[in-house]
Formats: sequence, structure tokens, C-alpha cells
Amino acid sequence: MKKRSAGRKALYVILIVYAIITVIPFLWALSSSFKTLGEIVSGSINFIPKDFTLDNYKQIFTREPLFGRWLFNSLFIATIGTLLNLLFNSMAGYALARLSFPGKKSIFLMILAVLMIPFQVTLIPNFLILKELGWLNSYQGMIIPGAVNATFIFMMRQFFINFPKEVEEAAAIDGLGRFGTFFRIVLPLAKPALAAQTIFVFMAFWNDFMRPLIILSDQDMFTLPLGLNSFKGQFISFWNYIMAASMVFTLPILVLYAFFNRYFVKGIKFTGDK
Amino acid sequence: MKMFSKKERREAGQGYLFLLPALLVLGVFVIAPILYAVFLSFHKVELIGGASYEFRGLDNFMKVTFDDRAIIALKNTAIYVAIVVPTQTFLALVLASSLNAGLKGQKFFRIVYFLPTLTSSAVLTLIFMWMYNQNGLINYVLKFLNLPTYNWIGDPDVALIAIMIMNIWATAPFFMVIYLAALQDIPDSHYEAAELDGAGPIQKFWHITVPNLRPVTSFVVIMGLIGTFQLFDQSYIFSGGSGGPNNSTLTVVLLIYQYAFKTLGTMGYATAIAFMLAIIILVATLLQRKFSKEESLY
Repeated sequence: MKKRSAGRKALYVILIVYAIITVIPFLWALSSSFKTLGEIVSGSINFIPKDFTLDNYKQIFTREPLFGRWLFNSLFIATIGTLLNLLFNSMAGYALARLSFPGKKSIFLMILAVLMIPFQVTLIPNFLILKELGWLNSYQGMIIPGAVNATFIFMMRQFFINFPKEVEEAAAIDGLGRFGTFFRIVLPLAKPALAAQTIFVFMAFWNDFMRPLIILSDQDMFTLPLGLNSFKGQFISFWNYIMAASMVFTLPILVLYAFFNRYFVKGIKFTGDK
Repeated sequence: MKMFSKKERREAGQGYLFLLPALLVLGVFVIAPILYAVFLSFHKVELIGGASYEFRGLDNFMKVTFDDRAIIALKNTAIYVAIVVPTQTFLALVLASSLNAGLKGQKFFRIVYFLPTLTSSAVLTLIFMWMYNQNGLINYVLKFLNLPTYNWIGDPDVALIAIMIMNIWATAPFFMVIYLAALQDIPDSHYEAAELDGAGPIQKFWHITVPNLRPVTSFVVIMGLIGTFQLFDQSYIFSGGSGGPNNSTLTVVLLIYQYAFKTLGTMGYATAIAFMLAIIILVATLLQRKFSKEESLY
């Protein structure tokens, strides 16, 4: 019995030490975002700011007038992109799970094949196609190519295969057509699957760095990761501003996580089961 | 020949309609680009005024062998993969097993460990650059512990190591959650039987946990390989897009980016490198699969 509690203590030590290692960079960034420039350059190491100030948060919006615009661009692209994914992936997954039509199997295999292709291969042609369409530096150029995700089509198909058929049959008896059934009955009941998708797709859009770097060259159209990178270039020694901007950028995801926390783990479990 | 009934035809029409948006997007932005990429990789591409293409056969693929920067990029990427994948996998496994031991506060630790997964690569890189600063937090801690300090960002000998540390820290918790889900599926009776045989915690870890998790480990390693071979954001932000200092943070994907979008006339070459990277990733994945299958025969 005694040996067992020693083991437990050792485990607690591992867990606590790693928790500290995880939290420190965030606390350090948060604390730096409330410090004055003087304190930042003095190189003093203290987690509680000497002169606590909110000024950095005001400064990032006034010194970089586009900061608000970048925030809007990121929110807009990630929100619309996520909504389109929820709709299109569910529709495709539903068709593959429930409806029968010629060529269904080959379409399904093609979608599985798409999962295997590393995105660097399609990156350059994608740029040329968007250029041809005149979609560089546009919202549609950021949203449409990512409006569908093969992984989540697959996930929705698995979900709908296990979905009770009786519900749909009852809806059909009540006189609802295929589309009515899908939008009014099936989708609302698919909430857990949709919630898991929401957080993953939103995060992918929100955090994406490479695609915007290639597609967006106009500062007005920048998303936050790009904006943050150019902001860093301009204010290289103003780490108090850079950290404040980083915190503003992290907040929306934390809020999303707080809401969808439960589904998040489920979604990862699904990815693990694949 | 079987005729389709009216009902069947209607259902087929609905099926295509439901699939239409997905097929359009995947067709235009995934399938067509793959074919286009094959075409590009055999051509020299000029983008000045409209695009012009000049057939070059296998030139783009051969060029890699005498391109010093390509060899450096490949070497950096290989070192990075070889160190990061095993380390993050092992760390994830240890954390998951510790977390699964039924201690109090499991939920709290899980939420804390998840912070890096939620945060964007751009933000994490900036936070770490600030900590890696010459007078920054990390050197302060090293000095406090009487360890040597480094110019983490400016010294070619340590810049890639700085990125490795950051990314192991950032991705291990994600894989931990995958392990955690799998750990909960190992029946308690296995552990109880081992306990009766007198096995201690370390023995239980090596003889029960590790073998039972083999399929998940295989998955985690494959995901890790795919992710690490594609390292880009962190290198780009760390070096301001150059892959410096002295090419020490130049990765294959960063090189592809530079050849495609920063130098003229090398877009076809960049596409060829992208294909080669895809093949390397595929081969690494297949090798891993084969390796883990053979092991599980014992």
C-alpha cells in the first residue's frame, strides 16, 4: 500500500511539472502584454508587471489601423468557411450513407484517395487556378477551396450510417420530402457530429498560415496570422505589442473551446479510430 | 436490362444533388490541381505576363541532386523528423499513462495540456521567439541552473533545435489525447493479472500498456511523420521566410515555397520537389506500417 502511494506521488510530480511547462509560455506572454516597453527592454524577469498597463491593447489597434480589419477578415473567413463545411460535408456524407445511385462506390473511393494527398502537391496549381479565376486577394479565394473537407465527409458518412432510419421514415410519412427531411430532421439530430466538426474546421481556417501567405498579398485582406507576422516585422522590439496582439488572436479559440470542449475530445477520438 | 423505376431515378438525382457542392470543390481544387501539378513538374514555368510553359522532361526531378539548398533542406527536415517524432510519441504516451492512472484532477490537467493544441502556430512561434530572446526567459532559466545559454534564434547550430523543442512541446499533448482514448479501452483485468504476478508500475507500463497500444502508436507515428515532414509555419516565422541563419531552419516545404513564389522561373521545379516530398512521406508511412505489422507478429 505504501509503495502504491509513492507511485502516485511520482505521477503527480510528472503531471504537475508538465502542466507548469505548458502554462509558463502563456503566462509569460500574457504578463508581457500588460508591461510597459521600458520593462520589456530592461530584460527583467518577473511575471507580475511592475506598472500594469492596458495601453498595449489600445496601441495595437491605433498603431496598426489594419489590426481590426485583420480580426474581421479572420472571423469572416473562418465563420463562413465553417458553415459551408458543415453544410456540404453533411450533404455529401448523407448521400454516401443513405441514398443509392450509380457510381456511389467510385465517388466514395475517390474521396478516400483525396485524404492521402499532401497539400503541398496541390498548393502551386491551386495558386495558378485562383489566379486564373481572379480570386487571389479575395474572400472567396480563401473560403471556397477549403469549403469541403474529405475527412469530415467520411466522418459524416459514418455518422449517418449508424443513424436510425425510422426517424426519416416517420418524417416521410408526415409528408416531408428528401430535402425537408434532411434539413429539418436529420441535421438537427446530427448536432454532436457537427459540433466536433465545427471546432476542427474553424481552427484550421483560423490558424492557417501557409494558404493565406500565398493567396493574400494585399494588406487589407490579411488574416490575423499573416497580419501578426507583418506586425512582428514592423515592431520587432516591441514585444509588449506583439504579445498583446497574440493574446487577442488566441481568445476566440479559447471561447470556442470552452463551449465545445466535450465534442472536441470526441472528435479527436474519431480521428484516432479511423 | 433493368430499367430504373421512377423512384430510383429520383433518388439518384437527389444523391447527385447532395454531392454536387463537394464534388465541384474537390474537382476544381484537389483533383484538377493534381493533374496540373503533374504537368507543371515536367515544365519550366514563367509567370511574367501570362503564364508560359516550356517542356523540360525530367530535368526538374534531376536538378535536386545538384542543388545544395535542396540537399540542406532535406537534411534539416530528416533530422527534424528523426528527433521530433520519437520524442513527441514517447512523451505523449508517458503523459497519457500518468493521466490515466485515476488520479484526482485529471480533467484539470487535460484542459491545461490542451492549450498548445488550441493556439495557432503563428502565436506559438512568436511567444517562443520572445522567450528565446537573448535576454529572454529561457536563457534566464538556463543561467539560473548554471547551464550554458544560447543565441537561440541567431545561432545556426541551435536554431533548428529551438524549433524542435517548441514543436515537441506543442504537439505531444494532442497525441496524448489520442493515447488517452485508447488507454481507456485496455481492460483492467490485464493489469490486475500482472499485479498478481508481482509486476510493478514500470513493468506494467512496458509489458501491458505499450503492447496494447501498438495500433494507436502506429497511427500516432504516421500522423507525426506527415506533420513533421511538412514543417513550414514555424521555420518561416522564425527566420522571416529565409530559412536562416545560414539555411539552418530551411525545410523542404519552405524551399518549395521559396522556389514557387519568391524566385522566378522555378515554379515547375518547386512542383517536382513537392511530388518528391509526397513520395517520401508515402514511403515513410508504408515502411512504418510494415514495420509495426511485423513487430506485432511476435
